[in-house]
Amino acid sequence: MTNSSVQSSKLTRLTTHKASRDLRELAIHIVLFLAGFSCVATTIAIMYILILESTYFFQHISIVEFLTSSDWSPLFDPPGYGILPLVAGTVTTTLVALFVAVPLGTIAAIYLSEFASAKLREIVKPILELLAGIPTVVYGYFALLFVTPLLQWLYSFPAPLLSTWLPNLFPLELAGFNMLGPGIVMGLMITPLISSISEDAMRAVPVSLREGSFAMGATRLQTAIKVVFPAAFSGISAAYILGISRAVGETMIVAVAAGLQPNLTFNPLDSAATITAYIVQVSLGDLPHGTIEYQTIFAAGLTLVLFTLLCNIIGYFLSRRFREIY
Amino acid sequence: MVEKVSTSLSSLSMLQPKAEVRNLNFYYGATQALKQINLVVPEKRVTALIGPSGCGKTTLLRCFNRMHDLYPGNRYEGEILLDRINILERRVDPIAVRMRVSMVFQRPNPFPKSIYENVAYGLRVQGLLKRDFIDHQVEQSLRSAALWDEVKDRLKDSALNLSGGQQQRLCIARALATEPELILFDEPTSALDPIATSSIEDLMSQLKQQVTILIVTHSMQQAARLSDYTAFMYLGEMLEFNQTTTLFNQPLHQQTEDYVRGRFG
Amino acid sequence: MAQTDSAPPDLLAVQGSVSQRQLQDGLFAIVGLLTILVATIILLALVLQLAIQGFPRLTWQFFTSFPSSEWQQAGILSAWIGSALVMLVTAAIAVPLGVAAGIYLEEYARKNWLSALIEINVTNLAGVPSIVYGLLALGFFNDLLKLGESILTAGLTLALLILPIVIVTTREALRAIPNSLREAAYALGASRWQMIWDHILPYASGSILTGVIIGLSRAIGETAPLITIGALTFIAFLPPAPIQPSFPYISLEWLQAPFTVLPIQMFNWVSRPEPEFQINAAAAGTVLIGMTLAMNGFAIYLRYRFRRGVKW
Ligand SMILES: Nc1ncnc2c1ncn2[C@@H]1O[C@H](COP(=O)(O)OP(=O)(O)OP(=O)(O)O)[C@@H](O)[C@H]1O
Ligand SMILES: [Mg+2]
Repeated sequence: MTNSSVQSSKLTRLTTHKASRDLRELAIHIVLFLAGFSCVATTIAIMYILILESTYFFQHISIVEFLTSSDWSPLFDPPGYGILPLVAGTVTTTLVALFVAVPLGTIAAIYLSEFASAKLREIVKPILELLAGIPTVVYGYFALLFVTPLLQWLYSFPAPLLSTWLPNLFPLELAGFNMLGPGIVMGLMITPLISSISEDAMRAVPVSLREGSFAMGATRLQTAIKVVFPAAFSGISAAYILGISRAVGETMIVAVAAGLQPNLTFNPLDSAATITAYIVQVSLGDLPHGTIEYQTIFAAGLTLVLFTLLCNIIGYFLSRRFREIY
Repeated sequence: MVEKVSTSLSSLSMLQPKAEVRNLNFYYGATQALKQINLVVPEKRVTALIGPSGCGKTTLLRCFNRMHDLYPGNRYEGEILLDRINILERRVDPIAVRMRVSMVFQRPNPFPKSIYENVAYGLRVQGLLKRDFIDHQVEQSLRSAALWDEVKDRLKDSALNLSGGQQQRLCIARALATEPELILFDEPTSALDPIATSSIEDLMSQLKQQVTILIVTHSMQQAARLSDYTAFMYLGEMLEFNQTTTLFNQPLHQQTEDYVRGRFG
Repeated sequence: MAQTDSAPPDLLAVQGSVSQRQLQDGLFAIVGLLTILVATIILLALVLQLAIQGFPRLTWQFFTSFPSSEWQQAGILSAWIGSALVMLVTAAIAVPLGVAAGIYLEEYARKNWLSALIEINVTNLAGVPSIVYGLLALGFFNDLLKLGESILTAGLTLALLILPIVIVTTREALRAIPNSLREAAYALGASRWQMIWDHILPYASGSILTGVIIGLSRAIGETAPLITIGALTFIAFLPPAPIQPSFPYISLEWLQAPFTVLPIQMFNWVSRPEPEFQINAAAAGTVLIGMTLAMNGFAIYLRYRFRRGVKW
């Protein structure tokens, strides 16, 4: 009895519901596709806005001046529109950060991947992740109020000596706003990023390679440095590149602690503004939309995006290469 | 070769065929996995598919419920008649086919839901939502799958808490709930221990009272114990199809003989 | 002992170098451990110092007062309510959009240039500096769409910012579901969407939730893009309540209200020259850290639980 009821209801339903089902499935497919496409749309929107406003900007300011002038003072009279001081600030803080993050991150990655017990790894990795998740404005606070005073104190010992020796490079006192403090803090912040991506790359190296090295009598450290590190190098360098792109795009730490003065210098002891900090500074003021000063932040933003795009592309190919090998 | 299959089939001609495969070719992209397959699946009997690894048993089985449609690049040629309708035809809805042809997989794959929901899912998909009816079908299917007594007090428990053999019986109950006309088994006991295996074999011999069964197996003993008819496949071709006793005792082909006598890899 | 005595001389030499190599290994193990400890301890010390500085300010009054030019009267009422409302909008946009995009990429997209394009964009957007999203919001939501310097603009901006995180974790979660479950559903006659809705999504929901929380914890600390769209730093009023006493009871006016958020409030205080306000900044920072740590910690716990709990 149930048998026949299932069968008969089945027959009618199978024939009648197909069309509506197919329609529903198609509609869902389209909606989901549009959601996926929203990423492409976002990219297009970003590029559109940046290029649009930048074109207005470049109608007034020549690209040559923008790229070569060493004076960035759009808000002064007469204004200067050379991006070099901002680039210098960005490069310097990034270099300081890398100086901290690359060794720390690499050593931590080698240790976690080749030496540490699984248990230690399980404890350390979440802690690093947690620390990397702290809002950057808080890191800026650390840089301004804890790290810089500490550096000032440390600097006070060699300062008399250094400043008589090379007075142009070493000031008598470390200023309250400088690039060293935020650079170091930024380095600490991106260390977990570098170590966790590098560690993934090293752990993707097949055990057989390691065993080959152990079999030849190499120690763990020798194996790690001579076998695992080179084998994972493209993945590790992708981690470095990501670190760079992160440091270049970092805003709040430098905005809080590096001062907001554009300053064409590569001396980390000086205060300076980065590209990102400049955008923040302008946004904090009350600039009327459509003015050239307002458009400068889009030109600065375009520079930033092109740079990180380059990083991403390099990182993409590097990490793809390291995926291909195994 | 096709000739021989048809001669051996002539002795089976009085059978009521539930499904019939005619000149079936199947391609995974550019590689042909099935070549000119002909086969009759007799109604309310157990038909076994045997053959060395990689010969295309799973591929053939999955043609019967159009599972290959799920992946791009797969292509069928030829016919599979289910009650005289060619289910490989374009205008046939693969979902409708799957509602009539159930499948039990090699490894138990219950949904991580309650036991009850596992069995009820096929009915829900078909839009049968009456609570009494679903309750009734769930109980019936679990009884048929010889699982009712073990789980009747914990139908709301997660199916993942069952043992491997129980899980596979649950998957069978799930396949039974929609009262399919044909059930496909792909090595249903290969992931199970001997005790669970024998309980599933018992189950299948009872089930053939109600439904038609097509089963892929690697165990000659299982094929011999369980099936009424056996098809031997070799390198994507259907080499021999006959009553199980005949195929095992008087194989027509050297390869069949080697295989059933265990001289094959 | 006896063995070393009787061993031939060159083997002894090898042993010498072995112990030296073991020493190297041991040394590196110590250096590695120290590196990690030092980095972690420095950061933890900074967090702790911040908390110690800010803790005395964490009074009821601090949470229930508007900003003020008197540091002792200043509080974070408008900031935390602003943060909460912005998060609400962010989640309401990023979760459906990101999960849908993840489903599309993982379950629907065939391998072709279009899906490759989408994938490249997801990866790329994940690397775009957050301040650029601020510029997008300023130029697009604010200027072109005229949404104003509102909670809606902020929520949209942060939603786009965390979209890649939600998409990537959704994809990972879906990929972790074994194909056998998909086939089981299909074999019973489920359509693709039924398979996804009835099975894949519920089974992946825990891991997706993890990603959503991580994304939101990132969004709640974001400062730069909201400064760019002109979030005000001094807001001494609350947005209109979403629930009204009279018909139609629900009001969406708050979406258009100006706002501030916690990190911006903190930034404002940090930038003040008066050192007393740094204490307020520390207190706001403590709240902020507490929230992100709680969210991230919950996410890590969830991930741990789902990894442990599920055996297919
Ligand atoms: N998805 C696929 N894409 C391409 N080729 C496939 C695919 N699945 C199976 N094949 C190939 O098709 C042939 C038949 O495979 P099939 O899985 O049907 O064999 P089988 O008889 O079930 O083997 P086994 O007994 O090992 O399960 C094999 O050569 C196999 O490599
Ligand atoms: Mg098989």
